[in-house]
Amino acid sequence: MKHCLVVDDSSVIRKVARRILEDLSFSITEAEDGQQALEQCQQHMPDAILLDWNMPVMDGLEFLGQLRKLDGGQGPKVVFCTTENDVGHIARAIRAGANEYIMKPFDREIVEAKFQEVGLI
Amino acid sequence: MTPAEYDYLRQFLKQRSGLVLSNEKQYLIESRLLPVARKSGLASITALVAKLRDPRESMLADAVVEAMTTNESFFFRDKVPFDHFTQVMMPAMLERRAMKRQIRIWCAAASTGQESYSLAMCLKEMGSKLAGWRIEIVGTDISNEVLDRAKAGVYSQFEVQRGLPIQMLLKYFVQNGDQWTISNELRSMVQWKKFNLLESFAGLGQFDIVFCRNVLIYFDQPTKADILSRVSKTMTPDGFLVLGAAETVVGLTDAFKPVQDRRGLYAPNVPGQTAAAPTPATRFAFGSGAA
Repeated sequence: MKHCLVVDDSSVIRKVARRILEDLSFSITEAEDGQQALEQCQQHMPDAILLDWNMPVMDGLEFLGQLRKLDGGQGPKVVFCTTENDVGHIARAIRAGANEYIMKPFDREIVEAKFQEVGLI
Repeated sequence: MTPAEYDYLRQFLKQRSGLVLSNEKQYLIESRLLPVARKSGLASITALVAKLRDPRESMLADAVVEAMTTNESFFFRDKVPFDHFTQVMMPAMLERRAMKRQIRIWCAAASTGQESYSLAMCLKEMGSKLAGWRIEIVGTDISNEVLDRAKAGVYSQFEVQRGLPIQMLLKYFVQNGDQWTISNELRSMVQWKKFNLLESFAGLGQFDIVFCRNVLIYFDQPTKADILSRVSKTMTPDGFLVLGAAETVVGLTDAFKPVQDRRGLYAPNVPGQTAAAPTPATRFAFGSGAA
């Protein structure tokens, strides 16, 4: 079973994402900000990370930069999932090493399509 | 809706568009046609049918056909056909048309344009390999309403997130709030035309590649066979036909034969010629690419 880390400061979003991804046969862990996510990745590198942008303590973009520098940090497929929906943000995320990008609001079909796109399904 | 009204609508749709509805599609009619009725100030399907019987109501008749035949479309829908396009069809065509340097592609049920624009993106991704080539994409559909949307090339945030890789979105679209518009460069690669598959194909010209996906399912067997046989006559003998994931030519027509190991891909059956088409294409797809 593939492991997906869901990183979002909203518990509602985490719950929705968890439900969708569990249906797609992922095992899920959660983090509330980039710092927590980074600590989890240092313990155990997931296969996939669904990543919010704006979060307290450490935001998604900074987390991504740190992740890619970790040993094995190139491994996880990172899919941003954020309300930041302008070309500038998307381009920055891709340059920083994101594999895909979901603009909120999202639904089951979009998550499935994007995870398929990066070869996770 | 009374059984007589349902029968009338079934007959009307079969005649106008070839659409065949089975016995129990009342829910589909209601969900699609009630909005049409209300738009025309009619309270019910009964009132709509009464008005449809008036031959002067051609606008209403068009609206009914459009509402019943319009279907959802996605960028790179089903993915596999687009892999076939870049890995099999285009390499074969680059080889076979090396002298003429011209390829014509037909999207026979273009809907809101996603399939045609996906092909245009595939072509752009091939880059300099196509320098000096003239490649035409013709998108046709029975519905003016969807063709207007295809021409405009404006898609919602939801539509651009189903099947379209984010890199392609950045490369080929211009953002306007939460709407995304296909770039002028891509838009200029496709010609749009209102066209009913039941009518004569004369005037469309000859095609090397035909995408005819998820439209035959709406027709009865004889109509399917007739359309496929006429499609084969609009095609170059060494061309390719792509059908939808749930569609096949098997048992319908001898005009096409399946391309081996390429689901949904067919080649015209040229009398007196054995299945020569797939082999060079497959070889070429994984070969050196020297034309």
